[in-house]
Amino acid sequence: MQICIYPIMTYFRGVWCIMEKIIPAKERLIKSSKNRMDGELRGKILVILCAVIMISATISITIFLGTKGLQSFIKNGVSLIEFLTSTHWNPTNQANPEYGALPFIFGSFAVTFLAALIAAPLGIGAAIFMTEIAPSWGRKILQPVVELLVGIPSVVYGFIGLTVLVPFVRAHVGGLGFSLLSGMIVLSVMILPTITSIATDAMGSLPKYLREGSYALGATRWQTIRKVLIPAALPGLLTAVVLGMARAFGEALAVQMVIGNVRNLPSSILDASATLTTIITLNMGHTTYGSVENNTLWSMGLILLVMSFAFILLIRYLSSRRKL
Amino acid sequence: MKSLKKLSLVTLFAALMVFMAACGGGTSKDNTSGTDKKNDTTPKTEEKQELSGSLTVSGSSAMQPLVAAAAEEFMNANPKADIQVNAGGSGTGLSQVSEGSVQIGNSDVFAEEKIPDKASELVDHKVAVVGMTAAVNPKVGIKDIKKADLIKVFTGKITNWKELGGKDQKIVLVNRPDSSGTRAIFNKFALDGATPAEGITEDSSNTVKKIINETDGAIGYLAFSYFTDDSVTPLAIDGVEPTEENVQSGKFQVWAYQHSYTKGEADGLAKAFLEYLMSDDIQNTLLKEQGYLPVTKMKVERDAKGNQKDL
Repeated sequence: MQICIYPIMTYFRGVWCIMEKIIPAKERLIKSSKNRMDGELRGKILVILCAVIMISATISITIFLGTKGLQSFIKNGVSLIEFLTSTHWNPTNQANPEYGALPFIFGSFAVTFLAALIAAPLGIGAAIFMTEIAPSWGRKILQPVVELLVGIPSVVYGFIGLTVLVPFVRAHVGGLGFSLLSGMIVLSVMILPTITSIATDAMGSLPKYLREGSYALGATRWQTIRKVLIPAALPGLLTAVVLGMARAFGEALAVQMVIGNVRNLPSSILDASATLTTIITLNMGHTTYGSVENNTLWSMGLILLVMSFAFILLIRYLSSRRKL
Repeated sequence: MKSLKKLSLVTLFAALMVFMAACGGGTSKDNTSGTDKKNDTTPKTEEKQELSGSLTVSGSSAMQPLVAAAAEEFMNANPKADIQVNAGGSGTGLSQVSEGSVQIGNSDVFAEEKIPDKASELVDHKVAVVGMTAAVNPKVGIKDIKKADLIKVFTGKITNWKELGGKDQKIVLVNRPDSSGTRAIFNKFALDGATPAEGITEDSSNTVKKIINETDGAIGYLAFSYFTDDSVTPLAIDGVEPTEENVQSGKFQVWAYQHSYTKGEADGLAKAFLEYLMSDDIQNTLLKEQGYLPVTKMKVERDAKGNQKDL
């Protein structure tokens, strides 16, 4: 510890002091224990403050979205049943406005599950490759690649999807190109890094004795992975998939550019569709605050929030099942 | 040494906080309208009546480039004035100006159509006119369409271009979102109020243009300013070419005002800026560069209900 000898304001063990001469060792030692207590208190306050800000932000967003989202049902008299089950969305029709958001709810779930269907095996496979097959060089190459994927902004994914993927789907698969299929492919690339990195952590945190025990019984590497390691890491792997799905569910920009944003319920994977998020981003700027159109968009936001709570509950349930 | 390091860190942090607080204070004052700001720092300007203060403009993203470019030139001429132009959509602009959080709210539709109960408080300043027409993929092979056929195309009653003398190609509709002002104008004046059938929906004009250009058989609608190259073909409606002259004479019907709304009569900087937008300088040069038509040259006039009359 440096002793202050300059006649300036100095930061010393948690207190500001003006020091003009050397303080005797005895005094310093006595003081320091008290000062350390001050430091403890200050640190505690700082950390609690951070936690309180985080918690209050979450709670106030929930309350705000809740009141805003329920307005369309309470104030504007939109029927909740119609909102959740009707497939007719036509809020700007003056004479007979219809508020059925089912096509968008369906679209959101469809792209999310389809994207997870592609990304989960790929992500978990990559995780096994990194932890079991080639822990040294495989990880060295794959880890930066995965991290790079996280860093690409979603609008870039959307633009690549619009320029490359949509014409490709149109030419080689069929339909217009703007489809659930394109949305699902773009989303699966976007959630791949989430699934891969969390699955890698789950596989990597398995204790060594599981592998050694299995090998000692004469199991091959593949048998060990399939019969021992994957079952043991399953809750962690499922958490990875659910987190990826939560991300996919909330993604707006990239999906909006490739999915076509059609209000009809899609009948095949090649049909254009729409999701809750794309309808919100397309319409939010054009509607005025407090209008029915605007309120129904908030209701869609509320559905997104409720769904993300559901995803989190699912994750907590899965991780509570983790035994290792 | 360690304490010195900490000191410099703390000082730096404190300086940063002061800087940020100063900036934050500046922006929060943007919302307080008028010319009273900065009076304390420049008492000598009184005799010259120089424009100063800050002004916040929000609203229609279609108008944002025009108003932002005008604001830049205005600020070059009046260095003490500060004008911020945000885009957020017509609805946002109208909401914000009616609740007083911005001084000017831009909209591409009449306020009466968006906020009928609060529209009476707002004063309309029509600053520009934008013409729009249906645009098709160049490979479709038609350049002219009858209005009745256009309605049939958009309502899904005609599904192949060969029925209209074009290529044997399925028609693909490219729409705008329900709440979009562009869609409202096109539906009202090109489709006579018919509700279009479902199709790909995109908000940004650039994306719409890209999709029409890349998709065989696609039809959508765009403002005149987007017909700069031959990547999409603008359609004449009932033989009337979509040109500036035809819009000004009232022959071509699909056009809209670009409105700047103020709450109550404009005053101070807002008034000066709106007058600047209406000046010949802006109307005859900047507007043309940005692809709008000058409102001062219109030979017809339209009210909120869509009735058109000669001037």
